[in-house]
Amino acid sequence: MSEFEPKIVAFCCNWCSYAGADGAGVARLQMPTNFRIIRTMCSARVDPEFILRSLAKGADGVIVLGCHPADCHYIGGNYRARRRIALVRMVLEQYGFDPKRLKLEWVSASEGEKFQKTLTEFVETIKTLGPTPLQQEDE
Amino acid sequence: MTKSALVIGGGIAGIQASLDLADRDIHVYLVEKLPTIGGTMSRLDKTFPTNDCSACILSPKMADCIGHPNITTLTFHEVMKVEGKAGDFKVTVKKKARYVDPSNCTACGDCLAKCPSKGIPDEFEYNLATRRAIYIPHAQAVPRVAIIDAANCKKIQEDKCGVCAKICQKKAISYEDKDEEIQIEVGSIIAAPGFKAWSADVATEYGYGRFKNVVTALEFERMMCASGPERGHITVPSSHEEPKKIAFIQCCGSRSEKKDWKKYCSSVCCMYATKQAMITKEHANVQEDIFFMDIRSYGKEFEAYIDRAQKEYGIRMHRSARVSNVDEDPETKKLIVNFTNSDGEGASEEYDIVVLSIGLNPPEDAEKLAKILGIELNEFGFCKTNVYNPLNTTKEGIFVTGAFAAPKDIPTSVAEASGSAGKAGAYIVDDKFIPRAPKEYPAEKDVEGKEPRIGVWVCHCGINIGSVVDVPAVAEYAKSLPNVVLSRQSQYACAQDCLEEISRAIQEDDLNRVVVASCTPRTHEPLFREACRDGGLNKYLFNMANIRDQCSWIHMHAREAATEKAKDLLRMAIAKAALLEPLVGSEIAVTKSAAVIGGGITGMTAALDIAAQGIPVHIIEKKKELGGFVLNFHHKEDGKDVAEFVKDLIAKVEANKNITVHTGATVKDIPGFVGNFKVIADGCEEISVGAILFATGAAQYNPSEYNYGRDKKVMTHLEVESALADGSFKGKNVAFIQCVGSRNDTVKYCSRVCCAGSLRNAIQIKMKDPTANVTIIHKDIRTYGFREELYNKASSLGVKFLRYSVDGAMPDYTGDVVKAHDTILGRDIEIPVDTLVLAAGLNPIREEKEELAKMVKVPISKDGFFFEAHQKLRPVDFATEGVYVAGTAHWPKFMDECIAQGSGAAARMLTTISKDKLISEGIVAVSNPDLCDGCGICEGCCDYNAITIVTGEDGRLKSNVNPGLCKGCGSCVASCPAAAMEQRGFRNKQIIAEIDALFNKAGA
Repeated sequence: MSEFEPKIVAFCCNWCSYAGADGAGVARLQMPTNFRIIRTMCSARVDPEFILRSLAKGADGVIVLGCHPADCHYIGGNYRARRRIALVRMVLEQYGFDPKRLKLEWVSASEGEKFQKTLTEFVETIKTLGPTPLQQEDE
Repeated sequence: MTKSALVIGGGIAGIQASLDLADRDIHVYLVEKLPTIGGTMSRLDKTFPTNDCSACILSPKMADCIGHPNITTLTFHEVMKVEGKAGDFKVTVKKKARYVDPSNCTACGDCLAKCPSKGIPDEFEYNLATRRAIYIPHAQAVPRVAIIDAANCKKIQEDKCGVCAKICQKKAISYEDKDEEIQIEVGSIIAAPGFKAWSADVATEYGYGRFKNVVTALEFERMMCASGPERGHITVPSSHEEPKKIAFIQCCGSRSEKKDWKKYCSSVCCMYATKQAMITKEHANVQEDIFFMDIRSYGKEFEAYIDRAQKEYGIRMHRSARVSNVDEDPETKKLIVNFTNSDGEGASEEYDIVVLSIGLNPPEDAEKLAKILGIELNEFGFCKTNVYNPLNTTKEGIFVTGAFAAPKDIPTSVAEASGSAGKAGAYIVDDKFIPRAPKEYPAEKDVEGKEPRIGVWVCHCGINIGSVVDVPAVAEYAKSLPNVVLSRQSQYACAQDCLEEISRAIQEDDLNRVVVASCTPRTHEPLFREACRDGGLNKYLFNMANIRDQCSWIHMHAREAATEKAKDLLRMAIAKAALLEPLVGSEIAVTKSAAVIGGGITGMTAALDIAAQGIPVHIIEKKKELGGFVLNFHHKEDGKDVAEFVKDLIAKVEANKNITVHTGATVKDIPGFVGNFKVIADGCEEISVGAILFATGAAQYNPSEYNYGRDKKVMTHLEVESALADGSFKGKNVAFIQCVGSRNDTVKYCSRVCCAGSLRNAIQIKMKDPTANVTIIHKDIRTYGFREELYNKASSLGVKFLRYSVDGAMPDYTGDVVKAHDTILGRDIEIPVDTLVLAAGLNPIREEKEELAKMVKVPISKDGFFFEAHQKLRPVDFATEGVYVAGTAHWPKFMDECIAQGSGAAARMLTTISKDKLISEGIVAVSNPDLCDGCGICEGCCDYNAITIVTGEDGRLKSNVNPGLCKGCGSCVASCPAAAMEQRGFRNKQIIAEIDALFNKAGA
């Protein structure tokens, strides 16, 4: 069996983290290919449903990236995201998911390198955790 | 013919001025002599006092500027000649040869990689890195196009290379490019050329240029910056190891009589050095020492910032410590800083890096520019202005903004930029003014109820995508996906030929959705949306897959996996596109009038600026007369009595037929929203306005200290000023105590104006009676900018200065003697006095502000002043649209600063109230009344007060979104427990379609 390659959904806010992801590209910072980015205008737009849907469909991990505290383009959206993600992690745990499968991180528009580091580390974390428990049940 | 405006300089001040003019449908030429806009701010890592990332907050403004249909951005151009007069200038502009056609260059970077002329010092990085002869100035460059440095190009100099032209698939390079002159006609001009950093080479005693580990603050900024040459890893230049100790030396090039140093204070260095120390501390555990004379943290929230730096970050502040010189240990390359400590004794300490806090000088070509424009410079070489007209140059129709008038920080520059834009606009907008006509597009096709017909274009971006991702395979794969009717490859999707192809295909192949897989929507979505509109398709029916920046560029060594990823990203984009709907912003009618609350100089200045554009203004003043705080002033500024200026100003206001003054009127409520407010006040009828300015000012702190009010010897500085003016002042032994009611445990902030106020009175006393003994007892003297002259003059007249402890007790007063601990002499001093002057600070009148704040839901800062939308870039706006703030209601400030900020707020208001209607953003939230049960969670989630809970037709509570106020963040949507709230363009089903498409490889 070949090495486990996790499937990861990354939600990026338009103003900071999506720009940070572009910045990583501009600087040609190399990283694993395991994630796919979905753009929302603000990290606060990330409905818990999106996270649960991703996991239900077979994602091994979900990462939500937003602007640093106090830098939110929409004043305080990132704080709301932070509160919501904390709750979703509690829910996930109850459903037998390791809460480490859901991560929230701040990446600014100039932090291409932080984007690279964050995603690389998250891919490693998920590799350590192994495939989603849903898939393990299927097998 | 309607004239344009000219803005010289593309830094943050020039960008803001251009945007404010353009938002009023005035055409602007923005001329920048460098190849990119952004100025100094684009080179900063973070900004004080919020530590905002500079690039993050500047980039959207730059993108707005370059994409604005009313702004012609002329980078790498220079103004050569100006003829004519206000309202009718003829300007000759030189277009400098770039050798790359900006309209063809895609910034793919292919040419950069192959250019053989390497090792050229990179100016953008302050020579800390190198570049090639053909280069893109920096990662966030706007415009992001290449340029050839002709002096270093082998082809241009020796006709020997030409590699870049061969490699460029877009044929964008021409070695034949020549300088050209163009003529433009403008009604008014704004000069915003910025500043030049002081040349540290002068400071031979600090070893700059001799010692590798001595760097300037600007170089250090690049060393800190995540996009800088070291990617934000700060290392010791000589060893590339992490530093353990860093020293910051303040006032390099400032506040000194030394040759080639400047006498004035550069205003920003105390704060930026503290910022650099704090950010460095976040990167690594470093000991950091700042050596300064006075810490000048006079701005909004600055004092708290300095406090945090010391208490939370452990940064060591060496007060009154002037560094005599810096030596280097030739072995270890460590630096020895020799300084006089606060006890007046010599000391030295070793550091790994020394950062020189270099000052701000006039721009390099200030004299040349002044000559071209026909304006005068002041004694320091900056643009000459006066206190009463801080934005005017000496020539009518030419205005100044930013650091060209004096060293200043970003928010002050931004507020002034708006102010200059307002004033410049008055020379363009008249009865004959024709607003720039919007571009005409074909009628949008009706897609309602039609099956999606999606056209897909997959871009090679030269070799940028194509060399990693198998583009033909991706394009072929797209054909297999549902709703895709055509899928094509393109060498450059953003090229004019492909854009035209997209527009044509919308018609010929009856497309009703378009998807492009290429670079990032952040830069290119507007371009493709424009192509859709040209083809008669609503621009929101376009979607993009980012397969370059977020795929081929970051997975260069994983071609197969990158191709798979590109297919996934495209499949997701197509799935979402199928569900996109046409959107239109809603129109909001605007009441073309304004209310200014507060009739002081700030409010009156703003009212006159607005009225000058023919728009009615109401001034609502709670007192019986206009004038405000400055009615207390009895001194002269710039040779003119302040009282006389205020009298003139009031006369102008009262004579202006566009201004209605309501005195003795207290505001009770302000219902409504942007464009449609009502002001309900006691003492006048209800007023309908489109925008509101809070210019409610501040009051003098009423001292409870030193027996004030009971002891006749104790006066405030305003009382002394009055006594000096009427000749009743008799003091022979006078002491001033600074920071009464400021910088203490209850009022933490610095009141900014008191140091200069005391100095002005002290000078008066000494001029009148040179034998008088005058002592100023202070914590720091904060005469920033050219106000330093007051400090120098007072010192030369024999005014004595005594510094008491910043943290310790206030000086004692017995009734005849002031006792203070002199921190420099290290002992208690007794000063006999017959007059004790208290430099009473400014009180924000918090209760009054809280009342007003509640009416329009705007925040109050912890110090009790109004809190603006963004401290750096929106200094006079509130997050609540249509409401603005200026003057001392925002923060303590000097009269000239109030006037400039009042003009700034007026210009910002004009961007709203000069229009008949506003168009809201398309991607707003909408609530479904059938699902909404009026719980109100969404209302609490909205930072813009766009949501209200109303009673629906069926009598049940419903949430209602005002599209005029909604900014489209989607926060309320994610919070809705009933799934009643939706965001257009980012509907739940659209995002879920992306998720599902990702995990469903076969397509539908």
